[in-house]
Amino acid sequence: MLDIRDLTAAYGPVTALDGVSFTAPEGKITAVLGANGAGKTSLLRTISGLLRPTKGTAYLAGKDLSRVPVERMSRLGLAHVPEGRGVITELTVEENLRLGGLGRSARAKPADLERIYTLFPKMADRRHKTAHVLSGGERQMLVIGRALLATPKVLLLDEPSLGLAPRIVAQIFDLLKSLVESDGLTIVLVEQNARSALSIADYGVVLNLGKLVVHDDAAVLAADDKLRHAYLGF
Amino acid sequence: MTAFAQRIWASTLGRHLLLAGLGLVAVALVLENTSAFRNGQFAVMAYMGIAAGGLTVLTGLNGQLSLGHGAFMAIGAYTTALLLDDYESAPPLILVLLAATAVALVIGAGVGVAAARLHGPYIAGATLALAIAVPGIALYFQGTLGGEQGLTVVVPDVPNWFADAAYFITANDVSSSKYVAYIGWFSLIVSYVLLANLSRSRVGRIWRAVRDDDVAAEIAGINLGRARVLAFVVSTACAGLAGAVLALAVRLAAPSGFMLTLSLALLSAVVLGGLGSLLGALIGAALLTFLPQVVTSIGLDAGLTDLQAAELAPLVYGLTTMLVVILAPAGIVGTARAARRRRRSHP
Amino acid sequence: MQQFLTTALTGLTQGMIYAAFALALVLIWRSTRIVNFAQAPMAMITVYIALVIIDAGYSYWLGFAAALLSGLLLGAVVERVAIRPVEDKPHINAVILTLGLFIVIHALAAVIFGSNYRSFPAPFGLSGFRVGDVNVALTGFSVFTILAVLAVMLLLVLLFRFTNVGLMMRASAFNQEVARLLGVRVTRMLTQGWALAAMVGSLSGLLIAGGNLVHPSYMDSVVVFGFVAAVLGGLDSPIGAVVGGLILGVSLSFVSGYIGSEVIALAALVILMVVLLLRPGGLFSHAPARRV
Repeated sequence: MLDIRDLTAAYGPVTALDGVSFTAPEGKITAVLGANGAGKTSLLRTISGLLRPTKGTAYLAGKDLSRVPVERMSRLGLAHVPEGRGVITELTVEENLRLGGLGRSARAKPADLERIYTLFPKMADRRHKTAHVLSGGERQMLVIGRALLATPKVLLLDEPSLGLAPRIVAQIFDLLKSLVESDGLTIVLVEQNARSALSIADYGVVLNLGKLVVHDDAAVLAADDKLRHAYLGF
Repeated sequence: MTAFAQRIWASTLGRHLLLAGLGLVAVALVLENTSAFRNGQFAVMAYMGIAAGGLTVLTGLNGQLSLGHGAFMAIGAYTTALLLDDYESAPPLILVLLAATAVALVIGAGVGVAAARLHGPYIAGATLALAIAVPGIALYFQGTLGGEQGLTVVVPDVPNWFADAAYFITANDVSSSKYVAYIGWFSLIVSYVLLANLSRSRVGRIWRAVRDDDVAAEIAGINLGRARVLAFVVSTACAGLAGAVLALAVRLAAPSGFMLTLSLALLSAVVLGGLGSLLGALIGAALLTFLPQVVTSIGLDAGLTDLQAAELAPLVYGLTTMLVVILAPAGIVGTARAARRRRRSHP
Repeated sequence: MQQFLTTALTGLTQGMIYAAFALALVLIWRSTRIVNFAQAPMAMITVYIALVIIDAGYSYWLGFAAALLSGLLLGAVVERVAIRPVEDKPHINAVILTLGLFIVIHALAAVIFGSNYRSFPAPFGLSGFRVGDVNVALTGFSVFTILAVLAVMLLLVLLFRFTNVGLMMRASAFNQEVARLLGVRVTRMLTQGWALAAMVGSLSGLLIAGGNLVHPSYMDSVVVFGFVAAVLGGLDSPIGAVVGGLILGVSLSFVSGYIGSEVIALAALVILMVVLLLRPGGLFSHAPARRV
């Protein structure tokens, strides 16, 4: 579904991604792991066009994304939830969700806010409050819900567990798992928290200093002690 | 170069004083060999240059924007007019210039203390309000400040020692307008030497640190408020001095001379020349002084009326300001320096 | 008592105009973090366009509509041509740019339309209503002024609260990157925001001009009053701008009535200084002394 080919990107003179290639298959969760500064966030930013590749391309269902403007990505079926949640706190909960619905492709079904409210009943109670009042976990659910309203084929998630209690992380990961099953969603999940990520992921990719170290089944990665100690910290 | 000259050149103050001396000679040569009309124009360039010098230090080195320097010039000009009001018992001119500088400095400190806690749009807005408000004060205190007509300025006679000295050196008589031009340029050179030394000193380094990253500067132990107020006050003192020279050159202090356009013209002078550069401020002042004549005559030739043609100059420098900001934010001096560096590194 | 009432009513009317102008400044500040000082001459030149149309014998309303429309257009052009190149540059560049624009439009208006005073008509009466034998200071035109500004505010509220375009404009103002990831064409939203703000600015220009004299500098003080009003309201808040405009209008009206009209700009400066020293976040901020 999402094909990454020799993707290379830089911030000025600093290389952030160095010839990364892998495939995130349809209807599966691919976890992208690695230490701080390994290039995980840069990978997502380069896929969604916030950072332009200096070389290489990402293909979404065969379509070359390297020249597509950021604003078009959501209509092509690519949703990117950036690090730090990306809730627009000045808007209400409902306005955040409506905004998600505006970015879907012309052929998609009309946005169904009610489905999100059924998924997250707490959100429904506070739909007219500014998103400012939500807790960290609720914000993460809001942005996932908002991304779903764009009816994406591929969802890029950047550190959804950041700063959340383990119980909340488990809830969010369960939710992701069920979305993959119900919607056939393809997820690329960037995580610092490798143990939890590998527990729900089908595949894992490990980056180090912008280069791809290994790409394999999640179970294989989780069982590889040497790799875990060297790159994943557990 | 002799060892002595090299030693002078090596010290900052020595270098600036040497340049100042050369500047004074150049000024004398130019003023002695040009007409009374040109002398008058050079006096204009001098006061624009002084005010622009102060502004470029504020904006270029400290990153604060003032849209109200015309107001501080008005303060200097009105102080001068009031002090010179009584022809018989007027204080010596040097004291008048210092007084105009001091009054602008004190009022600048008042505004600066209030504005120092702010920057960005707030200080721009506050100084803009000042530029709009000050002419109204002259109208309100009509009795003292002369209302719409303003105050005429009595230029003191050329002192005998000055006339004698000038005659001895140049064999020319000193007219009143030439005298004023000399005063203007002398003030300019003194203020530029002081500004140049200040910007090379610890104070100047502090200003630059505050401009580049105020958070880092504060962590390094710099008192942001004090640094900003000091830069503002130095700058308004220059504007006050400029206003005093203006009063002498124009022989009038009236609200119409200090409208918002003056403040904006000063700002475009420093932007055109290159923010933070005294040479740039001087070039900008020269443009503001001599460009209007050229542009206006082109306009008249093209069939515009006097009033229309007079507006062509602001049109040109406004447009140039915009283009400089978009295309070459370093201004004339900054761009020229960058080009010279490029040539040096790629011979 | 009568003078008090008259002064208060005049202040309210003026305050509505300052509110509209402040609103225009806030709209642009929110989306681009630029205080558009050129808003004053931009409004001024569109009012001259209206004047040319009216002087040519067409109706006041045609001129009115033309001014608003050209404001819309001018705002979009200014954003596209002048502002976009400096949007990611240091803040001071954009401010200097708007000041350059200030000078340019000013000079352009003087070259094209002349710098003398010209009278601008008003569509409604300029004398007060009579209630019994008391003359109320509310003129037909001031009623129109108040209603026009209220109508524009209502339309803006409807636009921002209930339409998709309004939602996308707000999202672009608050968080450009997230808005882009959600498919919002942020650059287009910024252009539309500038256009809308410039139109509101033109409206306040028209309302100030009605029954008065116009010349190229006639809006210069209004940009100061609008700015002070916006700062009173916290610079980020449209509602704050409106309330700030009303407070400022009434205050300045009393200064003008009891001290002298020459010092109203000075009074505005004093109000600005006091607010910035005591409540830099605006009158309605809860957070104490936000660093600005």
